[in-house]
Amino acid sequence: MNLTTSTSATDDLRGDVAANRLAERNKLMSPVGHRRMLRVVGFFCLLGLLGLTIIASLSIGARTIAFGVVLEALWQFNGDLVEHLVVQDLRLPRTIIGIVVGASLAVSGVLMQAITRNPLADPGLLGVNAGASFAVILAIWLLGITSITGLVWFSFFGAGFVSILVYMLGSMGRGAATPVRLALAGAALSALLYALTNSILLTNQKVLDVFRFWNVGSLLGGNYNILLELSPFIIIGMLVSLIAASSLNAMALGDDAAKALGTKLMLTRILTLLGVTLLCGASVAIAGPIGFIGLVIPHAARFWCGPDQRWLIFYALLLGPIVLIISDIVGRVILPPGEVQVGIMTALIGGPLFVWIVRKMRMAQL
Amino acid sequence: MSDLAKTRVSNAYIWRRNFFSVRLDPRTIWASLALLIAVLIVAIWSISAGDFPMSIADIFASFLGEGQKSHDFVIFKLRLPRLLTGLAVGAAFGMSGAIFQSLARNPLASPDIIGFNSGAALGAVIMIISFGATGFMVAVGAVTGGLLTAILVFVLSWKGGLNPYRLVLVGIGIGFTVYAGVSFLMTRTDIFYAAAAQHWLTGTLNARIWRDVYMTWLGFGLLAPLALGLQMSLNRLEMGDDMARALGIRINIVRSLMALIGVLMVSMAVAGAGPIGFVSLVAGPIARRLTLSSGACLGGAALVGALVLIGADLMGRVAFAAQLPAGVFTAVIGAPFLLWLLATQIRKGAM
Amino acid sequence: MSEENRLNAHNVTLAYGERLIIDDLSVSIPDGKVTVIIGPNACGKSTLLRALARLLKPQAGEVMLDGVEIGKIPTRKVAKRLGLLPQTPIAPQGILVSDLVSRGRTPHQSAFQQWSEVDEEAVLDAMQATQTLDLADRRIEELSGGQRQRVWIAMALAQQTELLLLDEPTTFLDLPHQIEVLNLVRKLNRQQGRTIVVVLHDLNLACRYADHIVAMREGAIVEQGVPKNVITVDVMLRVFGLKCDVITDHLSGTPMVVPAVEDYI
Repeated sequence: MNLTTSTSATDDLRGDVAANRLAERNKLMSPVGHRRMLRVVGFFCLLGLLGLTIIASLSIGARTIAFGVVLEALWQFNGDLVEHLVVQDLRLPRTIIGIVVGASLAVSGVLMQAITRNPLADPGLLGVNAGASFAVILAIWLLGITSITGLVWFSFFGAGFVSILVYMLGSMGRGAATPVRLALAGAALSALLYALTNSILLTNQKVLDVFRFWNVGSLLGGNYNILLELSPFIIIGMLVSLIAASSLNAMALGDDAAKALGTKLMLTRILTLLGVTLLCGASVAIAGPIGFIGLVIPHAARFWCGPDQRWLIFYALLLGPIVLIISDIVGRVILPPGEVQVGIMTALIGGPLFVWIVRKMRMAQL
Repeated sequence: MSDLAKTRVSNAYIWRRNFFSVRLDPRTIWASLALLIAVLIVAIWSISAGDFPMSIADIFASFLGEGQKSHDFVIFKLRLPRLLTGLAVGAAFGMSGAIFQSLARNPLASPDIIGFNSGAALGAVIMIISFGATGFMVAVGAVTGGLLTAILVFVLSWKGGLNPYRLVLVGIGIGFTVYAGVSFLMTRTDIFYAAAAQHWLTGTLNARIWRDVYMTWLGFGLLAPLALGLQMSLNRLEMGDDMARALGIRINIVRSLMALIGVLMVSMAVAGAGPIGFVSLVAGPIARRLTLSSGACLGGAALVGALVLIGADLMGRVAFAAQLPAGVFTAVIGAPFLLWLLATQIRKGAM
Repeated sequence: MSEENRLNAHNVTLAYGERLIIDDLSVSIPDGKVTVIIGPNACGKSTLLRALARLLKPQAGEVMLDGVEIGKIPTRKVAKRLGLLPQTPIAPQGILVSDLVSRGRTPHQSAFQQWSEVDEEAVLDAMQATQTLDLADRRIEELSGGQRQRVWIAMALAQQTELLLLDEPTTFLDLPHQIEVLNLVRKLNRQQGRTIVVVLHDLNLACRYADHIVAMREGAIVEQGVPKNVITVDVMLRVFGLKCDVITDHLSGTPMVVPAVEDYI
């Protein structure tokens, strides 16, 4: 057998010239290592940005406090100085709550979109916000609670109870809860609860008067005690989410492929939903329903770091607090002497940002 | 040549005459008939029920021109305009919801999601809170707000074509931003105006007059045939852009036209009854499952939408001592229905 | 390259966004013949097919159908003359086989003419030819991969276009079914004179069924012509980097590729 390699010069040229031209114009795909480097660098950039945001959050407000004074207030606290008191008692709790709530919402958004395989899914889809709202309404209406802090546990358990109910409704009948079923069940139950909430609001003006302020979400009402009481749930939620995240990459390929790759579907789903419920329930309890973060941050994170769920979670973990705290800062100074609630500001700032990202993204077919 | 024949390729029937032919699927026909009858029953019921109950005989007497004065007044001045407006508004919500779900290939899509309802809400709330407007001016504000928002969403999501994914995402972003304006106004105003705005935002058929009937039916009557005419092309779009174009569908034109029709329908419906979002979310999936249709079933969705809305209105009038707006009960009726369908369909393994 | 052919590409440059796939390529599809495009994965076969079916607009150059630039012909008119079966078409959820095949009639229908006698005949013919008539009342999700592929081909056939472009129609099929599909392609060509372009991976089947083979590599045509001239030891090495011997298929007289044996010593 004679396996010849000689070719006519012209033919060889045709193939090679075309190949070279293509390689030149396409600028060969970056090697894997290069891409990972970029992601790591991006991660640390975000970390730095979060640091700057925190400093800004401590010094900007109705009264601007110099950076040096902020540091003094933190390390050499002097209870006689008004500026130190403002930093320690008002701005620090508010900032910490912003970090926790922003991170929780963003991470649960990533999980929710991964598990339903629906880019429009947000934590609210699991009925968390609707459940919390309904429980809060009942508490205001039946028990006459008017302070925002008094509503914390109602909203937490309302959120948890309803998300479990959604999962049960979604897994009725044969087989496990598929993404579509879960999404539709969540949407239906949420709508039902909002309707009931609404019917109470419409017949009772006093309830509306308390509720309309709870409903916009704020980092103000919270204090350390609430955060401390809820911190076990948040820590467990975060841990569970991080454990589940490693399996979510496989889940994205579809149920069959995920099984073939050795993923325990049922376990991953339950862990994920547990994580979402704990994180979201706690956030809603602390700061009210802030809807935008959970939906939008995952998209923003994906835009920067690609579809790998493990990276996505870490990027979301940083982006969520950054956006939330910046929104909060802007809300403090935009309309003096009053403040604009952070739930409103996140949407006003995040919305246009999100649209910009969407226009930059290369769209796949849905 | 005119005849009704069964095709040899499926269990559909064909009615042909010259260069005209209609394809009739038995399952669709039965489902539509059942829905029509249900709509009719609820319609008659809702004319007879209320603070001033009337028997069916009384109603027929009035329609034949032999009824009592008081009956005539209640029927023709109060309940009939309300019912007819409800039918058109419900059908429009249902059909536009089905259109957007098909366009976005996503069962969670609805006019809310492309930001229309948020825009309408902002327009209305500005009218109520800033100008103390009521009634017709609120509707004008709502439609203006909704259309402006929708135009903004379209412009921002057009990039050499209308990618449905981008449309929905841009719609969500703009929708959230606009709705933040609503929340802002709600926290900055007197509780009296806040309550009025909340009432309007829930959606109601209360105190409709004949002008509302003419307006909503004119809108629906013009838009629905256009939508139904494009239904075939819309369904081809669900097979992917390449396949649809290979089948001769002009995808950008069909998509833009359908989105335009959907938006005009919602604006008409919102003007007629306020932003009753849930009707547009449930009507599509319910119609699809009832007719076992493989594509968007626009006619069925319109019927389901009408049924849910007038049913909700009826419930709001008779279920409680205090009259509650229809918007509250659309979810109370629609949600369990959707859940039941989900459960039964799951058992059959169709999902 | 003759200019009398109905479907031609002149110096087309094809790209997805910034990513260039094909640069300055010309090809003419011979009328009334079966043309098979071969080449390694990601060499631009499907991209070329999409451009020929006006699904991808060239950044430079033009695709001509019947002497007119294809982008200037109304989509519906193109769809009556030229059909395409994409590599991975999406089936609407829960659709019945008969309904799916019927959708191939789309360019011939309107809101007023939903189902003519011609439609009925075309769909029946297509389903008979692909032996999918027994599957008519089944849901597409219930079918096996091979059955599904035949249904899609039935749909493309029902469109009744003189030019038919098939993107890897034999993936997912076992050998007998592959043969069946390609026999069908040949039958359509020989009996009805349709011009058919197929992207194929199996070289030996390509040799058997093609009148004309186009061999591509990295967005350029390396060689084209009758199988005997294209499928040579030399071309295989240049196109696929494959060391092989080419013998004669003693049943059909077409070339047959026998890959070289790799020695692991």
